Amino acid sequence: MPITIPPIDLLAVAPEIAVSGFACLLLMTAVFLKGKGGWVNACVALVGLAVAGWFALCQGAPRSAYSGMYAADGFTQFFKIIFLLGTGLVVLVSVKYNEEENMNNGEYYALLLFSTAGMMLMAAASDMMTLFLGLELLSISLYVLAGYARNRPGSNEAALKYFLLGGFAVGFLLYGMAMIYGATGHTDFAGIGREAARGADNRLYLVVGAVMLLTGLGFKVAAVPFHQWTPDVYEGAPIPVTAFMSAGPKAAVLAVMIRVYAQSVSFMHVDWLVWLSVLAVMTMTVGNVAALVQSDAKRMLAFSSISHAGYAMVGLAAATREAVASVAVYMLVYTLMNIAVFGILALVARKNEQRTKMRDFAGLARSNPVLAVSMTILVFSLAGIPPMAGFMAKFYVLMAAVKAGLYWLVLAAVLNSAVGIYYYLRFTVHMYMDEPEEKLPPVKASPALVVAIALSIIGVLLIGVVPSAYLEMAGRAVVSF
Amino acid sequence: MKLNQYLPVLIMTLAAIGTAAGMILLTSIIGPKKKFDDKMEPFECGVSPIANPKSRFSVRFYIIAMLFILFDIEAVFLFPWAAVYRSLGMFGFAEMLVFIVVLGVGLGYIWKKGALEWE
Amino acid sequence: MELLMFYGFGLLALFAGVAMILSRQPVTSALLMILNMFCLSALYALLDAHLIAVLQLLVYAGAIMVLVLFVIMLLNLREKKGIITKHQASLQVVGVAAFGFFVMTVVSRLNTAALPKSKAASAGFGTVEAVGRILFTDYVLPFEIASVLLLAAIVGAVMLAKSKV
Repeated sequence: MPITIPPIDLLAVAPEIAVSGFACLLLMTAVFLKGKGGWVNACVALVGLAVAGWFALCQGAPRSAYSGMYAADGFTQFFKIIFLLGTGLVVLVSVKYNEEENMNNGEYYALLLFSTAGMMLMAAASDMMTLFLGLELLSISLYVLAGYARNRPGSNEAALKYFLLGGFAVGFLLYGMAMIYGATGHTDFAGIGREAARGADNRLYLVVGAVMLLTGLGFKVAAVPFHQWTPDVYEGAPIPVTAFMSAGPKAAVLAVMIRVYAQSVSFMHVDWLVWLSVLAVMTMTVGNVAALVQSDAKRMLAFSSISHAGYAMVGLAAATREAVASVAVYMLVYTLMNIAVFGILALVARKNEQRTKMRDFAGLARSNPVLAVSMTILVFSLAGIPPMAGFMAKFYVLMAAVKAGLYWLVLAAVLNSAVGIYYYLRFTVHMYMDEPEEKLPPVKASPALVVAIALSIIGVLLIGVVPSAYLEMAGRAVVSF
Repeated sequence: MKLNQYLPVLIMTLAAIGTAAGMILLTSIIGPKKKFDDKMEPFECGVSPIANPKSRFSVRFYIIAMLFILFDIEAVFLFPWAAVYRSLGMFGFAEMLVFIVVLGVGLGYIWKKGALEWE
Repeated sequence: MELLMFYGFGLLALFAGVAMILSRQPVTSALLMILNMFCLSALYALLDAHLIAVLQLLVYAGAIMVLVLFVIMLLNLREKKGIITKHQASLQVVGVAAFGFFVMTVVSRLNTAALPKSKAASAGFGTVEAVGRILFTDYVLPFEIASVLLLAAIVGAVMLAKSKV
């Protein structure tokens, strides 16, 4: 029996190839430069991301590749750009941090790039096989990155907790996939959708499988009640890694949720909607309420990231084309602002991350006014105060939810935003109104960090002032679905 | 492939279990049992033990076992490849080349990193 | 005969699994786990998944169990009397009961559900060659991703476990 050679669509996976290739290159520079050349490594990583970005931009017409395992469409493209931007910002944030903490450089960036490749595969996955491998590539790299500050017990604890709970969650995910496959006989989302629409005989298995899939994905996106790992892991991991974890992977999992939902729409429409709504409300509320009582900035931002996932899930529950586009824009904005906030936190925390408390921001307005203003803009955006991008992003998501008739969900989101404003403004209060407890030399941002913060502030203001352009872009991306 | 092709495997398994169990059983039945203090002590090549055997193993074993598993999994992929190599031709060769090169980078990395050395 | 072997290996696997959890000695647990893996491998063979059966032995019962034993020796746990409070014990009972109920529900629904009749496996199904055919054509992409995944895991192992980096 002769074998027909399948077509190989290299252009579709060119960004992943570029990112993985540069990661291999980084491994080589790591062993041949032997810890020297932090700048070289960062530059190699940035070049790799840029090349991947370029490939992603000239991806070409929407198509399905590799026997329907990989979807190279506008949606994939949009999310790939988000991931590449996010990782680029994290690289910029990491340069000085790694130097100060004496963290090994080459492997660090290599792992960042590997996880970026994983995220891109997740966003492009139109088959459970690709989805699972992408998710594992992302997760394994993240487990290691969480424990990257090997001499800090907190970092070790973070890695271990993340790994054990993550492994458990992946078990759920895989079992759910097996159930869905058993019920439908398909691993590709389109096939599952078709089979489910036909009214599969084993509906129960489909439902159990879908619940387990949602559990696994919910863990990765840190949705309540699967969020327990988040504060500890975010607190223990090195700050740039926390920044990375809080942005890209969340966007990737949301992209997967959108795709699973959109491509398998008939995949029990009603149940899915109710579950997502309940998850969204719980996630927003628990995240916000817990964030209120934190005194540690890292922990607070961990809970805030939980609540942001909740807002995004409101859009997911609405599930119209418009809502999906607004979620994509939300993730773009969230990635920009959150990574920059962590960048500033890394600076304020100083060596060994000794000052991550909220009150360590005291007096920043006097010692480094530019940084204080930047931080204010960013937390205003996180809180969703106009005219920042954070407001517009949230606004569009909620508008889409209103149009879909999810009034109570919107009400919950608005109330939660009001709570959120309180704790985000605590940063500003500390910076402008408090005196520092002890005299320390003023913090000074490294050039790379300045670039990162400047980029994200420009992005936040630009999207905040002319959001329609970006929304249209995302809308176009979603049309190709 | 029919299931009865596994028959030799089953017979072999049973034979192995039978031999091992039989030997243990036989020695315990026909062997003399004289217990005295000296005999009941643990020993190391005939001399009394010097160190407590319950000491911790070095983490170096762990990393080598870990790397062994990873490359073991890689080797596993070679079996199905070898089985269809002839019908795949150059395409299959290129596929496996990419796979091996990526893992070759990994091997080069751990080699230069000194992870294989007993430092 | 096949059915008999299925139940035999299935029961043995169950026994090994339960005994593994109940055993207080970590090494005994590990050995019971090997037995469990072996039975699973036999079950795969009964399902005509020949390659998977061999891999199960090679990777799980072989390589991964070596790692498990190394970790047991690395941690070198002293035998400890586990202290389980009444509260915990009752929670465990409730948990097991709830999970049992869940499984029973699912399984009982399975019998009533109109399952599609499983087709007899085509000739050569599950052999090394059959897997190779599909793995290197339709599943090229996952196959290549697997190599990157293994590479990331190699880096991870070195970064976390090596004494000097």
